[in-house]
Amino acid sequence: MHTAPTLDYAVPQAATAEYPSLTLAPPEVATTPEPDTTSTLPGWQRLQRFAAWWRAVAPGILMTTLSLGLFIAFWYVATKYRWDFYIRFTHIPSPGEVLSNAANLVHSNKFYHNMGMSLRRILLGFTIATGLGVGFGLLIGQYRLARGLLLPVFEVLRPIPAIAWVPMAIMLWPSNETSIVFITFLGSFFPILLNTIHGVHSVDPVLLRAGRCLGAKDFALLHQVILPAALPHIFTGLTIGMGVAWVSLIAAEMISGQFGIGYFTWEAYSLIQYADIAVGMIVIGLLGLACSGGIRLLGTLLMPWVSINTKGGRP
Amino acid sequence: MISVANQASVRGHILVDHLRVRFGHDRSAVEAVSDVSMAVQPGEFVSIIGPSGCGKSTLLNVVAGFVPPSAGQVTLDGKTTDKPGADRGMVFQQYSLFPWMSVRRNVEFGLKMQGMEKSQRQSAARTLLGLAGLLGFENHYPEQLSGGMRQRVGIVRALATSPQVLLMDEPFGALDAQTRVVMQQILTRMWQRFRISVLFITHDIDESIFLSDRVYVMTARPGRIKAEIPIPLPRPRTPDTAITAEYLAIKHKLRNLISEESLKAMGGELKDGGLGGFDIDVGPQGVAELI
Ligand SMILES: Nc1ncnc2c1ncn2[C@@H]1O[C@H](COP(=O)(O)OP(=O)(O)OP(=O)(O)O)[C@@H](O)[C@H]1O
Ligand SMILES: [Mg+2]
Repeated sequence: MHTAPTLDYAVPQAATAEYPSLTLAPPEVATTPEPDTTSTLPGWQRLQRFAAWWRAVAPGILMTTLSLGLFIAFWYVATKYRWDFYIRFTHIPSPGEVLSNAANLVHSNKFYHNMGMSLRRILLGFTIATGLGVGFGLLIGQYRLARGLLLPVFEVLRPIPAIAWVPMAIMLWPSNETSIVFITFLGSFFPILLNTIHGVHSVDPVLLRAGRCLGAKDFALLHQVILPAALPHIFTGLTIGMGVAWVSLIAAEMISGQFGIGYFTWEAYSLIQYADIAVGMIVIGLLGLACSGGIRLLGTLLMPWVSINTKGGRP
Repeated sequence: MISVANQASVRGHILVDHLRVRFGHDRSAVEAVSDVSMAVQPGEFVSIIGPSGCGKSTLLNVVAGFVPPSAGQVTLDGKTTDKPGADRGMVFQQYSLFPWMSVRRNVEFGLKMQGMEKSQRQSAARTLLGLAGLLGFENHYPEQLSGGMRQRVGIVRALATSPQVLLMDEPFGALDAQTRVVMQQILTRMWQRFRISVLFITHDIDESIFLSDRVYVMTARPGRIKAEIPIPLPRPRTPDTAITAEYLAIKHKLRNLISEESLKAMGGELKDGGLGGFDIDVGPQGVAELI
C-alpha cells in the first residue's frame, strides 16, 4: 500500500458494496423464528400484502420499462425516417430488422459456433489470468523478494493496452487461437493482480497475528488467512478483469480472428449485413452481462460472510 | 511469589529479565520498555496495569514473540520467546476472529494447524464452546455475534491448542460494564479449569483486583515496574468481594499508584509540546478531567 503500484484499477469499496445486495442470506440468527403465518392468513389479508409489495416494486418496473421503451422508440423513429443530421441513421437497421435477423440466427449453427468460440476464449484467458493474477498478487503482496523481482516487470508492461499486443502476440504464439486467448488473458491479468496486491495489503494485521499465534506458518498463513481475507478485493479485481477481458477479446477477434462473436460482427460489416452487426453487439452485451453475473454469483457463494455486515444479522 | 491458585501445572513459567525495548533509531528512537523484570509462575494469574502508552502492549508482544527485545531476555519455561507459537495463546483487544469462518471453524483453526484430523477437531471445539456457553452458536459467523460473545470465542480459540500461557491485551476494553463482569467470571472459571498461566493487561483497577493473584503497576513511558501488589483475596470472588475492607484497601493503594503515573504521563506529553504528536490525542480538557 505504501510504495504501492498505482492502483488505478482498484475501486474496492464501491465495487464490493454491490455484492451484498444479491447474496444468499445466511441462516438468521438468534432471533426466534417467526411462525409461518402466511398459510393461515385470510384471503383479503394476503391480498393486502400483495398490494403493499406491488406498490413497493411498481415504480421501479414502470421506470425501467419506460426507459427501455423510449430508447427503442427513438431507434425506431430515427431509422424509419432516416435521420440524417450530423449523426446518420441512413444505413442503420431498424429494431424490426434486427429482431427478424436474430430470429433467423437462432437456427444457425454457425452463429452458435461463433458464440461458443468467444466463450471458450474468455473462459481460458480469464481462468489463466485468475490463477496467475491471484498467485502473483499474493506473493508480491506478502513477500518483499517477490515484490522486488516481479513488480518492476509488471509495472513496465501494465500501461500497454492488451490490444497493442496483437501484432506481437501473433508472432509470439504458434497459432492465431492461442494469441487471441493470450490477448484476453493480458486484459484481465493486471486488474486481478493489482486488486489482489491491494487486498493483501489491506488485511487487518491483527488477523495475521492471530493466525501466527495459533501456529500458522508461512504457507498456511497465506492460504488460510491472507487469501480469504483478501477475497473481497480479489473479487473486485475479477469483476473489472472480466470487463476488460471482453473488451480485449472482441478487439482481438475483429483484428485477427477466425470465428468468435467479434469476428461475426466485423464480418457482418464487411458483407453489408447491417442488421447482423446489431445482433452481434447485443449478443456481446448479453454475454458480458452473463459473465459478470456469474462472477458475482460465485462471489456470494464463496463469501457468505460478506453479506452479513449489511444485512444486520446480529441478534 | 507463590500462586494462590492451583499448584498443579508445572509449565507456563514466564520470566522477563531486564527487558528493554526501543523503537526506531538514533534521535527519533522511542524507548517503550525500560528495564522491566517480572515473572508469572505456572498457573498464576498476573495483571499489568499502567498509564496509556507506558509499554504494556509492547511487553506483551515481546512475550508473544512479535517484538524482539533491544536488551534483556524473555523466556517461557526456559525457552526464549523469539517467535510466536501455539504454546502462547493470545486474546486481543480488537476483535480478531476470522470473519470468513464460522465460530466452530475459528476455534478449530489452531488444531488444524497442528494437523489434528477433522472429527477430533470438531469434538474438541464443541467441548470448548460448550464450556463457554456458545454451543448454540457454533455455525454462526463472527459478525452475527455480540461483542461479549466474540471475545468469548476469542478466548476459547486461544485455549484450543492447550497453550501453557494465555496473553491478554485489554480483552474486555471494548465491552460495557455488565458484560465485562460476566466475562471476568467466565475467564476465571476457564483459568481455574485449564490450570494455565495468564498475563493480563488492563486499564481497569477493579478488573485487575477481581481477576489476579498479583498485579504489577507500571510507570509512565518508558515503562518500568513501579510496584508489585499481591491480591490475597480468597476465591471464588464475587461482586460482594468488592465491598470488603481488604478489597478496598488494595484498591486504594493501586489507585494512588496509578493516578501518580497517569498525571506524570500527561505532564510529560504537555511539556514535550506533544499534544497530538503522540499516539494518543489528549486535549486540554482531557487533562483537566484527569486532575
Ligand atoms: N511499532 C512501534 N514503533 C514505534 N513506536 C512504538 C511502536 N509500538 C509502540 N510504540 C510506542 O511505544 C510506546 C508504548 O506503546 P504500547 O502500545 O506498548 O503502550 P500501552 O501501554 O499498551 O498503551 P495503551 O494503554 O494505550 O494500549 C508508545 O509511546 C508507542 O507510541
Ligand atoms: Mg496497549
